[in-house]
Amino acid sequence: MSMKNYLFYLLITVFSGISCAQEDTEIKNPKNINYSYEIVVPDVDIPWGLSFISENEFLYTEKSGQIFKYNKGEISEIKGLPDIYVRGQGGLLDIAIHPNYKENKVIFFTASSPLGEEKGGNTALWKAQLKNNNLENLKLLYKGEENSTKGQHFGSRIIFDKMNNVYFTIGDRGNRDKNPQDLNRDGGKVYRLTENGKIPETNPFFNKNVSKKAIYSYGHRNPQGMTRNPITGDIWIHEHGPKGGDEINIVKPGKNYGWPKITYGVNYSGTIITDQTEAPDMEQPIYYWIPSIAPSGMSFSTSDVYPNWKNNLFVGSLIFEYLERIVLDGSKVVERIKVLDKIGRVRNVVESPNGFLYIGVDGKGIIKILPN
Amino acid sequence: MKFLIIIYFISSFLFLSQSFKTKEQSIKDGYEIYQDFCLRCHMSEGEGSKGIPPLAKSDYLFNDIENSIHVVKNGMKGEIIVNNVKYNNVMESPGLDDEEVADVMNYILNSWGNSYDKLITYEEVLKIK
Repeated sequence: MSMKNYLFYLLITVFSGISCAQEDTEIKNPKNINYSYEIVVPDVDIPWGLSFISENEFLYTEKSGQIFKYNKGEISEIKGLPDIYVRGQGGLLDIAIHPNYKENKVIFFTASSPLGEEKGGNTALWKAQLKNNNLENLKLLYKGEENSTKGQHFGSRIIFDKMNNVYFTIGDRGNRDKNPQDLNRDGGKVYRLTENGKIPETNPFFNKNVSKKAIYSYGHRNPQGMTRNPITGDIWIHEHGPKGGDEINIVKPGKNYGWPKITYGVNYSGTIITDQTEAPDMEQPIYYWIPSIAPSGMSFSTSDVYPNWKNNLFVGSLIFEYLERIVLDGSKVVERIKVLDKIGRVRNVVESPNGFLYIGVDGKGIIKILPN
Repeated sequence: MKFLIIIYFISSFLFLSQSFKTKEQSIKDGYEIYQDFCLRCHMSEGEGSKGIPPLAKSDYLFNDIENSIHVVKNGMKGEIIVNNVKYNNVMESPGLDDEEVADVMNYILNSWGNSYDKLITYEEVLKIK
């Protein structure tokens, strides 16, 4: 091999090494570990959704298509589910109890559904009453239109506001050129409906000439984390970027978050999607990750259960297999620290009524983080 | 007799539509499936990622092709050793139909330095439960 060729191959090796390794050098290891954990529900393949009824009672979903109730150590399967389209990233996704669950026993859940004429599926939101471990009065509140056999980007997380309006997300369904920027198409959106599935008159596009009036914000890629900032009340989401460019966004009504017109990421192959990272009338993320952490699940800690964690943001990482603790100054990310490093693919993070953090970890189950 | 003729035509149609796919076409279709369902974890050169085993030049993949088809069809979990490295993760069933499983197997078995003489067919995948 000539010297020139040798140098060429050396360069190739060095560059491919950089692109493969993708270590996150900005996140810190904790100085001291003042927590431990216990596995509350073992052996769940993909624990997607989790919603607390009380400190010792919660509902959780298994992406393959099941809902379970945990009550003081006993686990029961919930029956009466609709037909679910389990393919790729689709399946049974988030679950959330109604803010007045104790009186009305109402729950909401999102799942990919094959309903409709075309082959494939799209994300849907259901409402039902939970009675004797059975779903009754099942009602489809929203179904993302145009099914697709694509395996990607179904969203989906659910939260409520003080009026009991329900917010949920649908990812771009693997069709970034058509869906996220089009207000007449589903996908790549945050949606808002009343608890009965109606479109609130205060929705940003209610009086506009668009067909998808349930849209609250758009230009998203695949939001799989959504929570409310306990101080400001704002809705915070994160979304998966392509290769690099996962984002945290503060969701405001009617705003465009830019995907795929602007992004800090590139295609998986390394080729460019766009050289634009900002544009007029498009919102900037408050933070973006390079390399991608594959964020899933998001919650603030609002309690004093853990020393120094109050008002920190917690985000699961599927790729790096830890929970990120994000220290904020307002909406500015100040510091990121690993929690439970090497625990496994963290799918979800939720705060319990008493302020404990619970995480869902693929293959491991549902884990409670305990302060020392 | 009429019934038998109908059965004959339906089965020959199925036979034609499934088996007569060339290896080249199957690999091409498999590439699309791979981009959709596998890329995010196994990456564009089949190199794998953190905690996710490689498919490129993977001994595990080639040691037992039937098992590999089974994994693509049904998913897997637990500890495995690939090229002398231990992995312990969950791969959920991607929910592909049998033809898609055959296509993506043909793509994986013939990409990134991998090569496999035989064509994985729909019928072969159908038999593996």
